[in-house]
Amino acid sequence: MNLLRLAWLSLLNRRFAVVLTICTIALSIGLLVLVEQLRSEVRQGFYRSVAGTDLIVGARTAPVQLLLYSVFGIGDATNNISWNTYSELRELPEVAWAIPMALGDGHRGYRVMGTSDAFFDHFRYGNRQPLELAKGRAFEDLFEVVIGHQVARQLGYALGDELVLAHGTGRVSLQQHDDHPFTTTGILGPTGTPVDQQLYISLAAHRAIHIGWESGVQRPGGGLDPEGARAMADELRPESLTAILLGLHTRAAVFGLQRRVNDYRPEALTAIMPGITLQELWRITGVAEQVLRVVAGLVVLAGLLGMLTVLLTTLNERRREMAILRANGARPVQIASLLVFEAGLIAAAGILTGIGLALLVQAAAAPWLLQHYSLHVGLSLPAPGLWLVLGGIFLAGLLVALVPALLAYRRTLADGMQIKS
Amino acid sequence: MTEPLLVLTDIRLTWPGQAEPVLNFDDFRIDRGEKLFLFGPSGAGKSTLLGLIGGLVPPDRGRIHFAGQDLDQLSGPRRDRVRAEHIGVIFQQFNLLPWLDVRANVTLPCQFSRARARRAGDVAASVERLLEAMDLEPALWSQRADRLSVGQQQRVAAARALIGSPALILADEPTSALDTDRRQSFLDLLFAQVEAAGSALLFVSHDRGLGQHFDRQLDLTAFNRATVSP
Repeated sequence: MNLLRLAWLSLLNRRFAVVLTICTIALSIGLLVLVEQLRSEVRQGFYRSVAGTDLIVGARTAPVQLLLYSVFGIGDATNNISWNTYSELRELPEVAWAIPMALGDGHRGYRVMGTSDAFFDHFRYGNRQPLELAKGRAFEDLFEVVIGHQVARQLGYALGDELVLAHGTGRVSLQQHDDHPFTTTGILGPTGTPVDQQLYISLAAHRAIHIGWESGVQRPGGGLDPEGARAMADELRPESLTAILLGLHTRAAVFGLQRRVNDYRPEALTAIMPGITLQELWRITGVAEQVLRVVAGLVVLAGLLGMLTVLLTTLNERRREMAILRANGARPVQIASLLVFEAGLIAAAGILTGIGLALLVQAAAAPWLLQHYSLHVGLSLPAPGLWLVLGGIFLAGLLVALVPALLAYRRTLADGMQIKS
Repeated sequence: MTEPLLVLTDIRLTWPGQAEPVLNFDDFRIDRGEKLFLFGPSGAGKSTLLGLIGGLVPPDRGRIHFAGQDLDQLSGPRRDRVRAEHIGVIFQQFNLLPWLDVRANVTLPCQFSRARARRAGDVAASVERLLEAMDLEPALWSQRADRLSVGQQQRVAAARALIGSPALILADEPTSALDTDRRQSFLDLLFAQVEAAGSALLFVSHDRGLGQHFDRQLDLTAFNRATVSP
């Protein structure tokens, strides 16, 4: 039995207070790790969603707003862009592909996007991965719909199911496009991006279900019957789009094109580079993140102070223990190191438990984040920078323990061979 | 004639913040193997004297010659080592670490001093021999120390002080928590083992009645010129 075993048995003897202290530290560390983990995971999740897009074009608006409503379904567009603009942009020599987005309809809380085949062919996410249809095929007939992975999972839809779209994107819709039911022909594979949370129809279908809705509500008898719509499908196209995603042949052309779009004469447009706009978004959310970090940091401080309190209060109880050890030959340094070792053990246990706790919460929150914000939150270990912070906290724990250790050292010297009961 | 085990010369010790010294005497010695009874009322400086001999409290001035070494010349860690090697301690009560079993408590000094462990030879066997000699049944040996009665605890403490046959046993009123019958049997057991180990015994008490069994009796107030603090 050596000194470490002595420390261990002494800790076991006070296990109730020790476990509580470990819990305090674990909670504070858990909060800190969770804030950092979610922060980086959420950022990665956002980057995943726009990784393959060079420019997003919308009506003149704030860049962050355009990014949020076009890609992430947060907020709504206040203005649209005309079909002519889309045609012109598509034909530009530096543009490799253009994905039109016509938003404004929903299905049981999920957004419906009118788009073209370009979406299935060219959209890229994450590490420039292309979209894959897990089942079925892209839409061909006018009233066919392709649904995202989460939509299929949450609503339990399979190929061939018929569904009715709603006017407006709310969860509860009073106005249904029930004269034009759609048939599910394809289900996309999971991407961990907002793509999973949307339904996709052709631009012609988007137009067809809105004929007679020019005022925002259906004009009685003004709708197009399905057969009539199919007959004129080739001519149907929306008058306006919500946004356009552009991919360029060379990335170098992005800046020039962005300036040209922003200066576009016939219409007031905004073109954004998603990565840069995300940075802008982080600058806005950065303040909140900093506040969270400071709070987490203070909680960690409270945890360490809690440990100090416990060590100091037990120090009085343990005065006898120290005197016995000393009388039996322990050096003051050994007694002080017992306390530091003890604090190290508590801090290490607290930190490891805290990380486990954070990962647990993260795992538990992942499905919810995925469903509500289309954010794919993985179970990654803390980043190197965070490990460094945790190491610093461990060292701080040891430093904190120096206070009772020093006190114990001086007391054992002053007490001499007397035992205070 | 052999050199005494312990010689204190010209000692003066004042606690910080106090005007009068608590210890102030010219000469105090213990021979090897001697059983010395030191009497003194409470506050006379008995415990301070033990701390001084144990090398835990340094004197303001004076020489401490113990086991062939000048303790006053040694650094703190060296004094700690001398104490660990050559001195066994029994307190009035609360001698044991409550969360260790009896065996581990007795083994404790051998962990802090290799010399004690070496002298004990087979430490485990030595522990058991001493526990048996101190009249503790084997059933108690694996019990947590705080399960034992006060009398049993004091006997365990004596076994611990004796492990590895230190040159000097310091006993600070070890019988004051015991009733009169047990006091005598404790002393008998202690004496037998101190003699077997060849150790000297410095036994401090305010109970003058115990003194008759010892080789020599001393009254601290008789040779210590310090004023007794209230």
